Amino acid sequence: MINQIGNFSLFIALFASIFLIFQSSNVIRNKSKNLDGKIFSALSVQSLMVLISFFSLIYAFIVSDFSNETVYNNSHTTKPLFYKISGSWGNHEGSLLLWLLVLNIFLFIFFISSKKLLNKYRILTVLFQELIIIGFLLFIIFTSNPFLHLFPIPKEGTGLNPILQDPALAIHPPILYLGYVGTSIIFSSALAALVYGMVNKIWAKHIKKWIVISWIFLTIGILLGSIWAYYELGWGGFWFWDPVENVSLMPWFCLTALFHTIIVLEKRNIYQSWTIILSIATFSLSMGGTFLVRSGILNSIHTFANDPSRGIFILCFLLVLVLLAISIFFIFQKKLLKNFTKTFLVSKETAIIVNNWFMMFFLSVVLIGTVYPIFLEVINGSKISIGPPFYQKLIVPFLIPFLLFMAVGPKIKWIKDNLSKINYNQFILFILSIAISYLLVKLYGISYLLILPLFGLGFFLFFLTIKDFFSKNSTLSQKISHFGFSLFILSILFNGTLAKEFSSNMKVGDERKFLNKIIKFENIKIIEKNNYKSLVANFKISDEKSSISLNPEVRIYNQPRTLTSEAAINSTIYSDNFLVFNVIKDDGYYNVRYQFKPLMMWIWFSIILISAGGILSYLKKNE
Amino acid sequence: MNKNIKFIIIILFSLFVFFVFYKGLEKPKNYLPEKNLNKIETSLVFKNLNDQKEILLGDLITNNSFSIINIWASWCLPCRDEHAYLLKLRNINKIDIIGINYKDKKSNAIEFLSDLGNPYHEVLVDLDGTKSIELGAIGVPETYLINNKILVKKYIGPLDDAKFKEIINLIKNEKN
Repeated sequence: MINQIGNFSLFIALFASIFLIFQSSNVIRNKSKNLDGKIFSALSVQSLMVLISFFSLIYAFIVSDFSNETVYNNSHTTKPLFYKISGSWGNHEGSLLLWLLVLNIFLFIFFISSKKLLNKYRILTVLFQELIIIGFLLFIIFTSNPFLHLFPIPKEGTGLNPILQDPALAIHPPILYLGYVGTSIIFSSALAALVYGMVNKIWAKHIKKWIVISWIFLTIGILLGSIWAYYELGWGGFWFWDPVENVSLMPWFCLTALFHTIIVLEKRNIYQSWTIILSIATFSLSMGGTFLVRSGILNSIHTFANDPSRGIFILCFLLVLVLLAISIFFIFQKKLLKNFTKTFLVSKETAIIVNNWFMMFFLSVVLIGTVYPIFLEVINGSKISIGPPFYQKLIVPFLIPFLLFMAVGPKIKWIKDNLSKINYNQFILFILSIAISYLLVKLYGISYLLILPLFGLGFFLFFLTIKDFFSKNSTLSQKISHFGFSLFILSILFNGTLAKEFSSNMKVGDERKFLNKIIKFENIKIIEKNNYKSLVANFKISDEKSSISLNPEVRIYNQPRTLTSEAAINSTIYSDNFLVFNVIKDDGYYNVRYQFKPLMMWIWFSIILISAGGILSYLKKNE
Repeated sequence: MNKNIKFIIIILFSLFVFFVFYKGLEKPKNYLPEKNLNKIETSLVFKNLNDQKEILLGDLITNNSFSIINIWASWCLPCRDEHAYLLKLRNINKIDIIGINYKDKKSNAIEFLSDLGNPYHEVLVDLDGTKSIELGAIGVPETYLINNKILVKKYIGPLDDAKFKEIINLIKNEKN
């Protein structure tokens, strides 16, 4: 029953979509006048239908209705309620339905919140957005329907992959999708604004809200993903340059560039084409990312579905959207304002373009690293694997000029400025930063060439952004975000250079010495839980001053039968103690891996600060 | 005119990207190595872990006897699980075990071996993982049993009791 409701509401949403496309193109071709009311009601019906469909899926998961194939494949009666609910979007079909829901809700919000703007522009945005929605609806209904019926009805489901049973991961996809889908609004509205020649200050002000909101969700979504990887995967890292992680990072670079450029458009009415190009690129990257993840073209721990027909559908759909966008761009480009406002070399405009160059550089590194292996294999059949060293080698050296520009750039004024402003204060801070980093390098005996300038400029940015809090040059949101970024760079540098790792095979009662610490394996016990059995070990890590006890677990899930290691992590504001253990067969020995990771908390905290800047900028009206 | 050329170039480029991805989809898994299962790529040159000397893989695999190639890394937890079996194999059978250290730090690899014991007659380094792919590996750990330069059996994933016994049997049967 619930299956049919979900399924039929999708079809009604499809009809609403066709109706909307038809009506909005009528308005645009001047055949009918104002259809605000009609479009509003059709949009409401569509959103409501998708909402009903989504809730029927959640309901099917809650009551464990195994006549539904998606529920059967991804759930189990013994699973806790929370994971039953989050399980509904933890799989390919359900996550697409969630994506569709967010698309609809965002379009609805866009429609009711843009009433002050030109009506035709709004309707055209709805038209573009409906083209995207109809694509997703067809994709869901014909290749990934979450409401397929199973008969005879199985008694029990096959369970949700245990590594996905984690609170951070339960909310990670929805948040990330809010970011991805927000870029679709930017895409549609940028095209519509281009068609009606209204790429100007007013449009910039209006669309900036959407850029900021997508950027916030994307940032927090990526953060949650990293937190999950750190706590759950048990490798002790938080970023692995895995293709699926890269796919979320690429639109982020693009969106960050757009975020800065839109401010120039808003203040100075220049860089129109570039803004449009970035808007198109951001959404294409989000969609392209979906393609890479969902088609099975890349192999990764994250890939959900390996059904080539799905891949071909998304690929064709993506091609249509990109061709449409490029054609519209070239046809209507002449409508862009031809005011050749002179820009000066030393000005905020130039500084923001420099920021964009760096973003584009980082983006291309990640893009090439992710798709190059696919290209190479198709073209000459050879196989390569690109790992973290590639990204580190290409990105890390460029962080040095990037940090320098980031420290100096925001202080430059609009229109024209001169460099004589570089004053003694800044110079002293610069010398101080280099001195501190020199002492650090000596103290810890780090021998990597680039570490000295990286630390130096990291501290320089850190001091300057702190100093900025006392000046009135920039907005508070920018100060917080940039300060957060300097903190982020410093935490990563400390974390990367000072982390220590130890691993050994131990049995109960064993003691190992590591640095100035003693690691003692105290005991191990078995605990029976509802849907898994757990081996809980107790380790004591002590140095001269203090001792902490860590309880890592190995969980044996019954449905599907999987072993997962739960790391025990002791976090303080200075450092994390990370301990994970694994069962070695037979002889009573366990493999123990201990990591000392300084300033781990600050990495999370600094990303929260960066997004807090965005949130503040969203809340403040007159920025 | 200029604009038209740009337009056409961008359209052609998008179509090219589309075509490449489309082709890419035809092969379901991107990193699946070629399936010429019975031959071992002996022409690969590796560096030795300790002294960085270059060694031809073919020189290590001797004719008329068994060898085992084991691909491992210190960061790979299942490799630790299977390590005991490798040590046993070395003691019992006197076959050459060649270790290929996959995408690893030298210091970690050496520490791993000094902690758990070194079952290998020669440890070769594959820093970027490409050579292992050419050998046909899809991950770590993997173990290849080789006789007379021909691949007898390939084990993907860590060795366990069953696999260990199978290896012993395969060797015994061949020698009798």
